[in-house]
Amino acid sequence: MMLAATLGPEPYLILGAIMFTLGAVGLLVRRNTLVMFMCVELMLNAVNLSFVAISRELDDLGGQIAVFFVLVVAAAEVVVGLGIIVSIFRRRQGATADDLSMLKG
Amino acid sequence: MHMEQAVFILGALICLLGAIGVIAFRNPVHSALSLVTTLFGVAVLFIALGAEFLAAVQVIVYAGAIVVMFLFVIMLLGVDQTDDVGFEPLKGQRAGAIVAGVLLVSGLISVVVFGAVTGAGSANAEIQAKVPNVEQLARSLFTDYLFAFEITSVLLVIGVVGAVTLARHRRDAFIDELPHDELPDPDPTPADEVTS
Repeated sequence: MMLAATLGPEPYLILGAIMFTLGAVGLLVRRNTLVMFMCVELMLNAVNLSFVAISRELDDLGGQIAVFFVLVVAAAEVVVGLGIIVSIFRRRQGATADDLSMLKG
Repeated sequence: MHMEQAVFILGALICLLGAIGVIAFRNPVHSALSLVTTLFGVAVLFIALGAEFLAAVQVIVYAGAIVVMFLFVIMLLGVDQTDDVGFEPLKGQRAGAIVAGVLLVSGLISVVVFGAVTGAGSANAEIQAKVPNVEQLARSLFTDYLFAFEITSVLLVIGVVGAVTLARHRRDAFIDELPHDELPDPDPTPADEVTS
């Protein structure tokens, strides 16, 4: 069931903008690598919300398909990213992003 | 007040509170749980926008799989609370980040407020009110986007292989110190044989 569309896309886009900015600020401010990763997920979700809002406004299913692929890519990205974080933490105990200045372990 | 406005206000509040929690909590476990809150809020808004399938996938994949994986890694590595909020390694970085955030959000919002959503209506993928959302998405995914859909399976296989390769124990790797949960090698090879 679809709710009667009484709102345009603008409120959703503004909410997406605020969520994206919160994610970006968190990425810059926090130093824990896992929390930085969560902030990236926040930014991806903000963009997904904008995609679906525009999809309804333009009456085009392509936006929802794009969100579907973003979900798949985000899942793959999280798997590889967490694998990298685990292998980094194996070598250095309790590392924040500041301690990871060397590429060679 | 119309139904959609009420749903939007509720969903937006959930999203924003969760998003602030992700960046404000010091404990990474609390941040991960705040992320779940935000993801549920986004799922509510997806339903309000008529994307039921994406709302379900959002809850199953994001809240169910991705956040559980985050929590698993946090528990595996131990909760790290050394992320001291008072310590600033780069002078003025926090203030700069907040100024950049204010500029970014005001720029994005002014684009939405003073601009207009333009673009042609759909040529071949109109959303039909009579057909269920899942059926429309499936039809589109398995016809127009079939190649992209098949390619994502390759991406997922690469992700699995990459995760296994990165996360497995390698005994000959250069390790600063043994992880505290790993027992020392019972039969250590002499050092000169390893380095030669």
